[in-house]
Amino acid sequence: MTPLHLTHFTASTCLGRGLAPTLAALAAQASGLKRCDFETVDLDTWIGEVAGIDDTCLPAALARHDCRNNRLALLALETDGFADAVRAAIGRHGSRRVGCFLGTSTAGILQTELAYRRRDPATGALPPDFVYETTHNTYSVGGFVRDYFGLEGPAAVVSTACSSSAKVFAQAARMIEVGLIDAALVGGVDSLCLTTLYGFASLELTSRQPCRPYDAARDGISIGEGAAYALLERAPASLAADAVLLLGAGESSDAYHMSSPHPEGLGARLAMEAALRDAGLATDDIGYINLHGTATPANDSAEGQAVAALFDGRVPCSSTKGATGHTLGAAGAVEAVIGALALQHGLLPGSAQTQVLDPAIAALGLDYLLANRRAPLRHVLSNSFGFGGSNCSLVLGCAS
Amino acid sequence: MSIELEAWIAGIGVLAPGLADWPTARAVLAGERPYEAAPTVLPAPAILPPAERRRASRLVRLALAVGMEAVTHAGADAATLTTVFSASCGDGHNCHALCETLASDDRQVSPTRFHNSVHNTAAGYWGIATGAMAPCQVLCAYDASFGAGLIEAAVQVATAQTPVLLIAYDAEYPDPISAVRPTRDAAGVALLLTPQRSDQSVAELRLQLADGPAATLADPALEALRKNIPALRALPLLERIARGDATAVGIDYLDPLRLQLAVQPCRP
Repeated sequence: MTPLHLTHFTASTCLGRGLAPTLAALAAQASGLKRCDFETVDLDTWIGEVAGIDDTCLPAALARHDCRNNRLALLALETDGFADAVRAAIGRHGSRRVGCFLGTSTAGILQTELAYRRRDPATGALPPDFVYETTHNTYSVGGFVRDYFGLEGPAAVVSTACSSSAKVFAQAARMIEVGLIDAALVGGVDSLCLTTLYGFASLELTSRQPCRPYDAARDGISIGEGAAYALLERAPASLAADAVLLLGAGESSDAYHMSSPHPEGLGARLAMEAALRDAGLATDDIGYINLHGTATPANDSAEGQAVAALFDGRVPCSSTKGATGHTLGAAGAVEAVIGALALQHGLLPGSAQTQVLDPAIAALGLDYLLANRRAPLRHVLSNSFGFGGSNCSLVLGCAS
Repeated sequence: MSIELEAWIAGIGVLAPGLADWPTARAVLAGERPYEAAPTVLPAPAILPPAERRRASRLVRLALAVGMEAVTHAGADAATLTTVFSASCGDGHNCHALCETLASDDRQVSPTRFHNSVHNTAAGYWGIATGAMAPCQVLCAYDASFGAGLIEAAVQVATAQTPVLLIAYDAEYPDPISAVRPTRDAAGVALLLTPQRSDQSVAELRLQLADGPAATLADPALEALRKNIPALRALPLLERIARGDATAVGIDYLDPLRLQLAVQPCRP
């Protein structure tokens, strides 16, 4: 692809609100996970909760959009000056030439879960204050953000489970390439809800301990919430040395199973190969891989095999989900931002919570980072894989 | 500067209330036979393995049926195709059951219900059924989901220069969500788009973003369907193809935009 400049980017997760606390937590190899105390959930698991969501108020004109997911979306937009950067881009290009492509898995389903507790005892009707379109519907976060900025260009929400907000980078790049738009607000927003907490528990995919990616004793995910965004524009002729570029994206499908990855990570490998091809790079050009690394036995085994087979163990890699939790539909964008920070600061984040690398994965020769490493980076690969066998890999690079 | 995207339609699939397939829809839209309202009949998805077939919801059956009709119509190989799925909703019955369980004293949800709750459920089953490992996009844009899917598919045809199968599909919610989202039945439209004309081409499509009203349908029953089920915002496009009518048509998209489509039918 033609490289695109990440003019501005931001992320808010349980590590903190914005880039500075995120970078500080990564540098300290800290984790934002805590024992689950969300709402009335009575599960023995750990979560990553974003502070301050309940105190975030939507503008009165957008009150119909009020729900936890859109509050999180707003909280993150108004961090690191990101919203101002979007407004400046609208000023440069016009409101019809800025696209809005966001990923989510559950949007504002929590609003419906809560409404189901308040059904009319006689008729079963939902309470009159329940609004479906702008809270429950999968598009609701896209509609909210588009309306928040008065955007009038193309928009959509991608919902491919945990690869959603990686795929929006590819989608926006295509739209810019054909010339339908000049800039795109891309990102992912996913918030805690009962559906995912009880749902992943029903599949026995949540851990009772803080998740331990690629660990010998890993036994499941810790669900997190998060919102991360990037503003994508065509790269100008000259850029600051620490400017971050989107260089390639690769997508594939497992065609294997709804909730288990292909055991040897065949779909994952296809996505990584496609991303490298799109970027015009070889495996040796990649300096760090931010793995999907959910800490389920199946994911890490499959992904580890695919990475080992493709990169022959030469590339340092880690999952940052021990720090952020698995932010599901937001994970692709959160980890793209972590990849951007890694490039800018030469920080290869060690895997928080991981104690002993799984010997079966170690035997493949993977250079999995248990501790932070400092090294100049030119190119980073970020993996995101989802239920239904949806895979997406992104390649980011530094301008220098 | 107004960008125009070009693609050729090589195959069409339709399943909607009273419209059992594309040949039926074509005849109705061409005015060759009257529209007769009837509930959508969803075939069992024979292409799925037995275990998955049992779990296939109405939405999955719908998506697989229209997708396979378009693939068969074009004489294409589903295993090779890039896909774009676009739906305004997930499986409403599954969502209702999950929300009921989560509001009850026993919140233990069914694992199958959970993995069927993701928006890309139909896309996942499509992959399992066809073996397609190509990129697969899954979108939602509420009532503009068909338009969003069509743009995405046309953009991918342009950038990858490869055939792309668009499957747009929606289905009803049960009570009580039906009161706030009254989609009345299941309906889907699939279009196999190709970058070049072939012997299979049904029509040439040139797409632009524009203002102006979306086209409507003269038949009140069909117009009601167009407005009620987002995938059927495609009907005015299908009407032009059915009638061999080359006039431009406006298709609903996100306000204030419409999709302006120049349609050049290749054969009646």
